[in-house]
Amino acid sequence: MTSFEEAVRVRELISQETPTEEDKPAVAGWLQRVCRAAGRDLPAMGVGISLLSKGTDPLPVAASNEMSVLVEELQFVMGEGPCIDAYASRSPVLVPDLEATAATTWPGYAPAAHLHGVRAVFAFPLQIGAARLGALDVYREHTGNLSPDALSRALTFAEVAMQGLLDGGRATSSGGADLFDDMQGNRFEVYQAQGMIMAQLDISAEEALMRLRAYAYARERRAIDVAREVIARKLTLESDA
Amino acid sequence: MTTIASDRLAEVLVEVADTLVDEFDLIDFLQRVTTHASDLVAARICGLMLADHRGRLQLMAASEERAEMLELFQVQADEGPCQDCFRDGEPVIVTDLRTTQDRWPQFAPHAVAAGFRSVHAFPMRLRGQVIGALNMFGSDAGQMEDADVRVVQALADIATIGLLQERAITRAELLTEQLQAALNSRIVIEQAKGVLAQLHGESPDEAFARLRAYCRSRGLGLGKVAYTVTTDPLSLPDLTRPAHS
Repeated sequence: MTSFEEAVRVRELISQETPTEEDKPAVAGWLQRVCRAAGRDLPAMGVGISLLSKGTDPLPVAASNEMSVLVEELQFVMGEGPCIDAYASRSPVLVPDLEATAATTWPGYAPAAHLHGVRAVFAFPLQIGAARLGALDVYREHTGNLSPDALSRALTFAEVAMQGLLDGGRATSSGGADLFDDMQGNRFEVYQAQGMIMAQLDISAEEALMRLRAYAYARERRAIDVAREVIARKLTLESDA
Repeated sequence: MTTIASDRLAEVLVEVADTLVDEFDLIDFLQRVTTHASDLVAARICGLMLADHRGRLQLMAASEERAEMLELFQVQADEGPCQDCFRDGEPVIVTDLRTTQDRWPQFAPHAVAAGFRSVHAFPMRLRGQVIGALNMFGSDAGQMEDADVRVVQALADIATIGLLQERAITRAELLTEQLQAALNSRIVIEQAKGVLAQLHGESPDEAFARLRAYCRSRGLGLGKVAYTVTTDPLSLPDLTRPAHS
């Protein structure tokens, strides 16, 4: 399966999730559907997403089921865990045997997660370069690695979740055109333009990426074309969104 | 007969090995590998691409970083010698790019227009898995000497091992962790180019030259400095403060 098809498949799985009455509004609700779709698609007992940022309290924002809600919250009660480490290290944290490897790393979290039946955990940062918003956790009731295919699917869910977060409310209704833009948007020029917008408007990497995408979307243009104009100094984004 | 002087080769290997024990910065390390590879065999440019989790190739380092070069490697996310080399796990040797228009309708004209005539791609293999490819572009048609081919393949192997530096190669999942972190840190470099380009009113290419000169003169790693540029630019006033006019 090509990268394009894989991302299309994941987006379709998410859009097929029926919203429930308990779902939070807007993006938070969409993230809950991301977790439920990932929980169904991956060999997992549950999936959770937490938002993290420097200087504020972590926010467990979505989970596929009750167990995942509890385990996701554990990390922040204990102040340690895979999602916090994935965010801090800017790298996936893959723990195929929680009991064997994590007792020293997470003396509080590991035994507590074990009590909830978690035997393996895999955390994937939600990030694009220096822009970071949180992490996605995959919980398993058996020890063992994710297969290369499952790993690739988990990374794709994290990627789609990151894009949805950057696009805010738009994520819930986005279709194929938006996705096409994402594939085109995965270009160095887009990241260079993002850096320029950061310095122009004195904003964070996350906000600069959101602005660039929102600008392109509102004008039905490709992110790469907008980025090239920013780099050529033909376009300056307004300081006020 | 090899075209590479043995004392020069020894120097390069010592320097690359040094990088393995010093405070490690992967982007910096790959940058050195590509620079050495192109110097050693007198290729015009050398670029190194790694694959993401869905097999999409991304440029990690090149011996020369200009917008046109970046473009040439970005085209290879779709097709080209790197793509074929990565897919088949075998070296790809093209002695005359002008004859490959049918094989690579996008890549070949691009490469020819950029002034290249030949290209060699070397697989980066680890434990039976191909994780990327190293590309050598030449201005003249023709093939590399056999001995040179072996040396460049050795450098590609060293680059692969570098991905797993400092940690024991005992955990199978380590490679995924390192690869993902590496791909993301390359994106940070592009973001840092943008920040510096804006602050200094220059092009991203000039910004990269500035970033690299700053790191070299202070013995700092590119990846780490780029990350600081994007998160806390004020902490690097010598790099980020515009010169007074």
